[in-house]
Amino acid sequence: MTTNISDLLRVEGLTQTFKSGTGIVKAVDNISFSVYEGETFGLVGESGCGKSTTGRTIIQLYKPAAGSIFFDGVNLSGLRGKKNWLQFRRDVQMIYQDPYASLNPRNKIKDILGEGIDVHKLAKGAKNRNRQVAELLETVGLNPDHANRYPHELSGGQRQRVGIARALSVQPRLIICDEPISALDVSIQAQIVNLLKKLQQEKRLTLLFIAHDLSMVKYISDRIAVMYRGKIVELGDARKIYHSPLHPYTESLLSCIPYPDPDLEKNRRRIIYHHHEEASGSLHQIFPDHYVYCRPSDVAFYQQKGASKEAGGLDLVSITPTNTGILEGVVE
Amino acid sequence: MSESLLDIRNLNVSFQTFAGTVNAVRGVSLTLEKGETLALVGESGSGKSVTCRSVMGLLSKNATIEQGEILFRGSNLLAKSDKEMQRIRGKEISMIFQNPMTALNPTMTIGKQVAEPLRLHQKFSRTAARRQAQELLELVGIPSSTKRLNDYPHQFSGGQRQRIVTAIALACGPEILIADEPTTALDVTIQAQILELLKELRHTTSIIFITHDLGVVANVADRVAVMYGGRIVEIGKVEEIFYNPQHPYTWGLLRSMPTLDDKDGELYAIPGSPPDLLSPAPGDLFATRNEYALQVDAHYEPPLFQVSPTHYAATWLLDDRAPSVIVPEAIAARRQYYRQRQTGLTAKEGLL
Repeated sequence: MTTNISDLLRVEGLTQTFKSGTGIVKAVDNISFSVYEGETFGLVGESGCGKSTTGRTIIQLYKPAAGSIFFDGVNLSGLRGKKNWLQFRRDVQMIYQDPYASLNPRNKIKDILGEGIDVHKLAKGAKNRNRQVAELLETVGLNPDHANRYPHELSGGQRQRVGIARALSVQPRLIICDEPISALDVSIQAQIVNLLKKLQQEKRLTLLFIAHDLSMVKYISDRIAVMYRGKIVELGDARKIYHSPLHPYTESLLSCIPYPDPDLEKNRRRIIYHHHEEASGSLHQIFPDHYVYCRPSDVAFYQQKGASKEAGGLDLVSITPTNTGILEGVVE
Repeated sequence: MSESLLDIRNLNVSFQTFAGTVNAVRGVSLTLEKGETLALVGESGSGKSVTCRSVMGLLSKNATIEQGEILFRGSNLLAKSDKEMQRIRGKEISMIFQNPMTALNPTMTIGKQVAEPLRLHQKFSRTAARRQAQELLELVGIPSSTKRLNDYPHQFSGGQRQRIVTAIALACGPEILIADEPTTALDVTIQAQILELLKELRHTTSIIFITHDLGVVANVADRVAVMYGGRIVEIGKVEEIFYNPQHPYTWGLLRSMPTLDDKDGELYAIPGSPPDLLSPAPGDLFATRNEYALQVDAHYEPPLFQVSPTHYAATWLLDDRAPSVIVPEAIAARRQYYRQRQTGLTAKEGLL
């Protein structure tokens, strides 16, 4: 590994709006972040927070309303020419949430996997194409015989493996995983998370992992950004976010995850987050590589909060910045 | 022993499909006592929803109940006519469905939908039903309920819709509430609120809670039944299932859940995929995915062995002749906690 970490993807001031019946909805509101080469970046939040919109805008399924997206240093809004776009489409691939809807039911698995290979002319002849398909199936833990099957013959977990194999078929550099496990059974979720983790390490891939389940995201991500109402409210190292969250929304999200431990569950307090619009808020660095959305005047407070949490002394869950009153109710 | 509120005895349900007969539920027996919450856990296709739909009399046309009885306060629900079932359904036994987006009628106001069971079962007048509907909405936590009675489902958020569905299910004060994955489609923060709501109900209503999330189970359940391939493979009190699990499938489920502790490494995954109930292999259906499988598993399905008066598990490991196995580390830790808990050595604060 090189010591110099480079941004493979950089998002600057991205805003995305949608027209609705009554007006304009700001789905993503002026967010900025970088994804480093070779890392897994988790994007977490509740439904409607804009995490999927962010992923879809990055892969250019939508044109951004404002802001820029840089891939490998190139601003995508300035990307011209069929050849360049083809290269971008090859470099950035996506895995979708619903393994039932994202595979063409009329195509055999070998044609689903072969389509990208054909488009990018990666195979020399039919024999070579079949070999590549077989290798892809083996990589994701499926039997090469599956190539001649149709999607309906496979289970949900197997289909999601096909979805992963399809993304890998064109040897991408960045894969955007849009809730790849939330439609799967618990026993299968762990299989897919482990597979993605293994592939990421073996193939030196960069992953943008979008999910609403913070506990699974922790297992796969190096860094996590927590989104709320179109904004990133906290961004930092996955373990830091998980063990000493600073923003009250992150704390609330973590406090709501139920754990398979009845005695613990009986005694846990859930924190309810009440939203307060902070007009002058923006993402501020609290510690190196740990950012929180707040007002400039609250930076010192969060620094102190983080330090106490690290020390493991005070229970600062219920302490909030003075005069903002972010946390109001605490329920059991 | 006093009579259970609901007593399912040796239930067998099969489906006729184009591909052949699927034995979805194979000999399920369980009881539900008054005021308790029983969680049914298992992956899709394990038979948990089919079991509950049999109780409600809501099985699809291609389903056959091959065998068994479902006794509700002593009388067999399976022997009742459609008319009689209509009087029980929604009144004495009601159900919350998984997806709140599709469970409500989009062309009817909320007030009408909540009042419907009251008009139907209790013969309430229009105004009385409306007043009661408003109180129900208040109970489940829909703010300014008087105004919102005239709103349509699309004007509510997902969490609110699930509350409304709950209000409809509770309208007639049912004795049993069957909740079929009521929080799976919701965000964790909304899920926490719905779980609080269900926990408040448990003094008056018995609940069967279907889910595949063991975290949710730990939060709400008094007793747990783990299902696999149409059978109950382990059943017991919540602390017995979580702290003294006996079946390797339960071990696998518990190990594949992300935990609070700091161990980063790899997440445990149960190998293989769910069993094919169309042409089931002989012996124990879990054997092919089970690293603790014995030779006998390939030939005979294990019966339910008794672990304690309230705890049973269907694994040959509990047979006297079975060799002793080394339990996975995470499970051994749970068992040690269980022993400490039994002897009063711990303050019952959880594993951490």
